[in-house]
Amino acid sequence: MEIFFQQIINGFVQGSVYALVALGYTMVYGILGLINFAHGEVVMIGAMIALTALQALLAAAFAPVLAVLLSLMVAVAVCMALGYSIERIAYRPLRNAPRLAPLITAIGVSIVLQNLAMMIWGREYHSFNLPFASTSHHLGGAVMNDVQIVIVIVALVIMAGLMWLVHHTRTGRAMRAVAENPAAATLMGVDINRVISVTFMIGSALAAIAGFMVSANYGIVHYYMGFMLGLKAFTAAVLGGIGNLRGAMLGGVLLGLIESLGAGYIGDLSGGFLGSHYQDVFAFFVLIAVLVFRPSGLLGEKLAERA
Amino acid sequence: MRTNHKSISLHAPLAIALLALPFIIDALFGHGWVRIADFALLYIMLALGLNIVVGYAGLLDLGYIAFFAVGAYTYALLGSPQFGLHWPMYVVLPLGALIACGFGVLLGAPTLKLRGDYLAIVTLGFGEIIRIFLNNLNAPVNITNGPQGISAIDPLQIGSFSFGSSYEWMGVRVDDVHLHYYLFLAFTLLVIFVSRRLEDSRIGRAWVAIREDEVAASAMGINTRNIKLLAFAMGATFGGISGGLFAGFQGFVSPESFSLMESIMVLCMVVLGGMGNVGGVVLGGVLLVALPELFRNAAGPVQQMLLGKVVVDPESLRMLMFGLALILVMLWRPAGIWPSTQRRREFDADDSVLHQEQETVYDASK
Repeated sequence: MEIFFQQIINGFVQGSVYALVALGYTMVYGILGLINFAHGEVVMIGAMIALTALQALLAAAFAPVLAVLLSLMVAVAVCMALGYSIERIAYRPLRNAPRLAPLITAIGVSIVLQNLAMMIWGREYHSFNLPFASTSHHLGGAVMNDVQIVIVIVALVIMAGLMWLVHHTRTGRAMRAVAENPAAATLMGVDINRVISVTFMIGSALAAIAGFMVSANYGIVHYYMGFMLGLKAFTAAVLGGIGNLRGAMLGGVLLGLIESLGAGYIGDLSGGFLGSHYQDVFAFFVLIAVLVFRPSGLLGEKLAERA
Repeated sequence: MRTNHKSISLHAPLAIALLALPFIIDALFGHGWVRIADFALLYIMLALGLNIVVGYAGLLDLGYIAFFAVGAYTYALLGSPQFGLHWPMYVVLPLGALIACGFGVLLGAPTLKLRGDYLAIVTLGFGEIIRIFLNNLNAPVNITNGPQGISAIDPLQIGSFSFGSSYEWMGVRVDDVHLHYYLFLAFTLLVIFVSRRLEDSRIGRAWVAIREDEVAASAMGINTRNIKLLAFAMGATFGGISGGLFAGFQGFVSPESFSLMESIMVLCMVVLGGMGNVGGVVLGGVLLVALPELFRNAAGPVQQMLLGKVVVDPESLRMLMFGLALILVMLWRPAGIWPSTQRRREFDADDSVLHQEQETVYDASK
């Protein structure tokens, strides 16, 4: 039972990170119908920038809490600029091109970012230590530390903020209008280019925060970390129903839970035949199963057969 | 097929050029590049297989390398000391193709209902599942040898003639890389031939119909389920053959060779070259194998020349340049370098047609 609670907690923490990254995928997809393959790399760049900024700020004798907050802000700012540039350079010129063309440029951007990061930060793993101790709390046999609690809370607050932004502000209304029907939105005076840029910037900001969180949680940063994380987050977005914000959150948390419970119990379930290294298989199997029975994801709208 | 003087005069020089190519490459650039040409042929086969699924039928497959892996591991398991089996190539290769085909149907069957990007993510998951199993099936029963992979795989051979050895005929030394080149060339030409014939066949037209509008296609009496499954099966079969050849050529397979990045590379070949056009796909394959190799050789010396020392790790610089090349080529030619005539026509057409085209191809969830 203790294992069960522990895995639930781990799943929630990891799932919150997935959810934040998945939101970035799903917002872009909702508006452009494009898989932003480079999004995972934005998460990685966010983590790397945060690490460098944090080290510099601590070296300049900033107070630990201030240094953490400032480095997070620097990472968010850099990633927003990055997201904006990616859209301008690699996606906007191809908006009227065949659908797979921007997918290839996205892959190109992803390769470029990964290798840039490798040049700047090297191939090695960097340890990412927060400048204050994180106490562990025991909850009925399971352990949860401060960092994990903060991750879950921040993720929830950000998601609530995003929902508010999308549903109760002028910008959010413009975003929904463009997602619904770009041509009609233009006729109503919505500046599509601006809305798309804003979407990319919001998604990248979330990615930077997620990158910070996942690094703080595991204490490790690596130039290759964005790839698998991005893949999982995209899976989560599809699981929930891509293009749907609530779906991305649900999908993220579910995927986190499925993975950690799967990893915890797959050995028992299969009588020791399969070990915890089949964790990823578990996640993908669930994904396939869900999509076979609900082809548009858990919260996706039912696909209308095209008229 | 018609055989007239024009087609002979057109094809004869091409045939001679293709036959002489490995020796020309060998003389100009050295042995290593002949090996790269061999790999290019394997990748072209893969890309042509994927072209059936993506280019003709319009089903976005991000886990295509799994079929390559299935073919490669079939060959490796049945022709290596792993189980002490040394089955001959003419049994193992077709068997690998058949098993890959089975996996293709296995993947296709449950995903028939899915469209666009949902299909993409499921195929991606499938590819990862295969790789993870290959990586971990060394315990409790050792089947695949895990991450170490399988080595000492039998070379490709027919009877006593081995493609892995060097021979001397009439004073001309022919090495294993050359022999493999001719073998792979034969298979590639076969795959090209099959692709071209399929393209013009009833099945090929059914694929295009499904790609353009699945509902209309089924209203026209096309059995969309079977035709889509056939696309998956055909694509997988080509992948399986290519995989078997890869295993025999390389003499070693490990799960590392079948990562998602490889699937993406093959997809890049198809899209960059020109989806649905055999010539374009071949061109894409050649470019995407040759470019990184060129960069690999150029990245170090060029820095040396310009800056006097190697500042940036050539390996990452080469991938960086490769990524940039992908972006630039796509911005320059969004429909691919050499698109099929049909797509080019659509692309040059006025906006309304273009718009309709985008709504229909890869009909997504919207």
